[in-house]
Amino acid sequence: MSSGADPVITARGVDLTFPTADGPVHALKGVDLTINRGDFVSFIGPSGCGKTTFLRTIAALETPTGGSLTVNGMPADEARKARAYGYVFQAPGLYPWRTISGNISLPLEIMGFSKADRAERIARVLDLVDLAGFGGKFPWQLSGGMQQRASIARALAFDADILLMDEPFGALDEIVRDRLNEALLELWRKTQKTIGFVTHSIPEAVYLSTRIVVMSPRPGRITKVIESTLPAERPLEIRDTPEFIALSHEVREGLREGHSYD
Amino acid sequence: MTRALPVLTVLAAIILIWYLAAIGMNAQWAEDQAARAGTELTTGQLIADTLSQDRPVLPAPHQVAAGLWDGVFGQAITSKRSLVYHAMVTLSATMAGFAIGSLAGILLAVGIVHDRTMDQSVMPWAVASQTVPILAIAPMVIVVLASIGVTGLLPKAVISAWLSFFPVLVGMVAGLRQPDAMQLDLMRSWNASRSQSFWRLRLPSSMPYLFASLKVAVAAALVGTIVGELPAGATSGLGARLLSGSYYGQTVQIWSALFMAAALAAGLVVLIGLIERITLKRMGLAR
Amino acid sequence: MSALPILAVWLGAWGLNAVLARLNTRLTRILVPLIFGATLLVLWEMIVRAYAVPSVILPAPSQIWASFAGNIPLLWGDFVQTILKGALSGWVMGALAAIVTAIAIDRSPFLQRGLLPIGNFVAALPIIGIAPILVMWFGFDWQSKAAVVVVMVFFPILVNMVAGLAATDALQRDLMATWSAGYWQSLFKMRLPAAMPFLFNGLKITTTLALIGAIVAEFFGSPTRGMGFRISTAVGQLDLPLVWAEILVAAIAGSLFYGIVSLIESRVTFWHPSQRR
Repeated sequence: MSSGADPVITARGVDLTFPTADGPVHALKGVDLTINRGDFVSFIGPSGCGKTTFLRTIAALETPTGGSLTVNGMPADEARKARAYGYVFQAPGLYPWRTISGNISLPLEIMGFSKADRAERIARVLDLVDLAGFGGKFPWQLSGGMQQRASIARALAFDADILLMDEPFGALDEIVRDRLNEALLELWRKTQKTIGFVTHSIPEAVYLSTRIVVMSPRPGRITKVIESTLPAERPLEIRDTPEFIALSHEVREGLREGHSYD
Repeated sequence: MTRALPVLTVLAAIILIWYLAAIGMNAQWAEDQAARAGTELTTGQLIADTLSQDRPVLPAPHQVAAGLWDGVFGQAITSKRSLVYHAMVTLSATMAGFAIGSLAGILLAVGIVHDRTMDQSVMPWAVASQTVPILAIAPMVIVVLASIGVTGLLPKAVISAWLSFFPVLVGMVAGLRQPDAMQLDLMRSWNASRSQSFWRLRLPSSMPYLFASLKVAVAAALVGTIVGELPAGATSGLGARLLSGSYYGQTVQIWSALFMAAALAAGLVVLIGLIERITLKRMGLAR
Repeated sequence: MSALPILAVWLGAWGLNAVLARLNTRLTRILVPLIFGATLLVLWEMIVRAYAVPSVILPAPSQIWASFAGNIPLLWGDFVQTILKGALSGWVMGALAAIVTAIAIDRSPFLQRGLLPIGNFVAALPIIGIAPILVMWFGFDWQSKAAVVVVMVFFPILVNMVAGLAATDALQRDLMATWSAGYWQSLFKMRLPAAMPFLFNGLKITTTLALIGAIVAEFFGSPTRGMGFRISTAVGQLDLPLVWAEILVAAIAGSLFYGIVSLIESRVTFWHPSQRR
């Protein structure tokens, strides 16, 4: 957003190799990236480019085999233990034996919030994702879009300042997806969180992000970082403006360059 | 080796605990004997005695192993003291009952899948029967059949058949219903006849279910035969060995018969597993 | 000549069922098996009477019912001795032991890899054979029956519970990691609830095993009451109606036991796809 003076996530030469039966696989190689407070950063690229792996590395769900990665000025794993992240996966991952409120309450219980505090937070985040009144329902009684909104609410409930989202809307249909994209932008403006967002969709990345990180596979690496020129206020119709189309074109070119050999 | 090591460790732990338990449980009798004879036992003598009693409360593993060895290899197999003889008696009744029961279960399952009246009439009872301890009727079957002059292998086979019938029926019905609507619709689109659908779709897709239930059924059939050998009058078979051992306090005999029965069960389940692997591999279903 | 009415009843009932089964409504789905069961009872009664089958071979349903109704206090005493004292207490102890063991070995993959194949192996063995040994150790009363039941139900429940504790998917475990939840927190908040459908599967399978263990163990020695004792002595006295009455009690007890566990299951695992309505 502003001058980018306040780095939250700093990656320097991050390597990650998985040993497999056919020899080591370079999931990430020499990844350099700085994400500042309040940024909305999208990661886009073909399958196997390491975008999900990089997001998981930030959340300390994977451990880099080389390079350095700090979050809030500390190693990623310490940041995880300090509960710095809210993570949203492609599937809602709600616990079927708990109600929507119970699901949102779960991380709060684990982190030791008081009962009154939990109730207050649950009400607030349910309101934020437009699910007020559905707290008593069970996940399997809701539609896919509502379930995914509930899982976002769960990630927001404990006020981590970093929100990591791994293709959260990938399994939803286009219409629901548009509505949730709009709602997510609104949410980001309200809460001023730092968001890392993995997607397959060029329009989604352009519509949401302040910066778009283009990645390419074998080995997984960053090939291009595109700063968005779109204004902070983004109605859905912005997708028909020449500016939006030019940005989309730039992302597509970036993807093609990274892929020139096949 | 990485798979065998944990199992061997646990087995070694079990044998160790077994020895310690044998020492602990047999010590009382050893001390009583010593007190009666007016002698004191050193710890070494006590332990040696607990592991070599004639009728210990808990025989030590090596005593059971010796009993098994003697029962299997130390006797002519026609002898009444041979475990092989008793195992063969039990095995033949088990196999006869298992064959009858599974065949009947498969045939009735085919009928149930093709006939709605049969399905709705019989199936709820077949499922409910799984919750009933059918084994309790074993002694009655033996005595009733004996009273009308039927003795020997047949009464035990009847119990085995009865016990293996229901798991096969329920498993086979589930297996024959395995093909989904799309696969059945595909058959219909080719205008396949009922028997073509059966032989080429339903029967092949039921095989994994059939073998899973056959394993359950053969174990049930063996238990059925053994319990069928319990009522007074039976003199041969592993069940009769168990009972006579418990009458005369011959614990080594009980444990040997028990291990023989376990080996028999394991052998039968492994055998069916082998046939399963070969069949599924020929059908291209095995991975 | 007496074969004719028997055949007529059979064909009539089957024809009625064939018509009803074609309707395939909720009511007929209940009616058809009930009619079938009732037909079998009627045929049984008719055959026994028409051919004068002696009651020492096969008593008629009416004789069994008369014996059942006339021996209620006796049957109740046997039920308490065998089902409540022997089977139920053994089942509860065996289940608790299996659950605790599963949680205890949960943190050691080595022990799991060692115990699971042995558990699966033992579950297929004729464990009932240990009954004479346990009767020697624990005496003739219900304690030895409970001990047999403990051993019989332990391994099937253990195997199911261990599978259940492993039943969470990677996504749910990753979520717990992003919240930096501790071992016990993930155990109580995620893995134990997720294991419940598996646990109840084991608990349901073992209800029948518990009854079998308690009844059959009495064949090796018991006080002068209990269902297994009654069956073996009544068989000896050729009092077959009483034997069948005991079998009726066993059938009712087995169905009730299974039904109650299923009812608790549907309350606890209401969220599982197989239980949703």
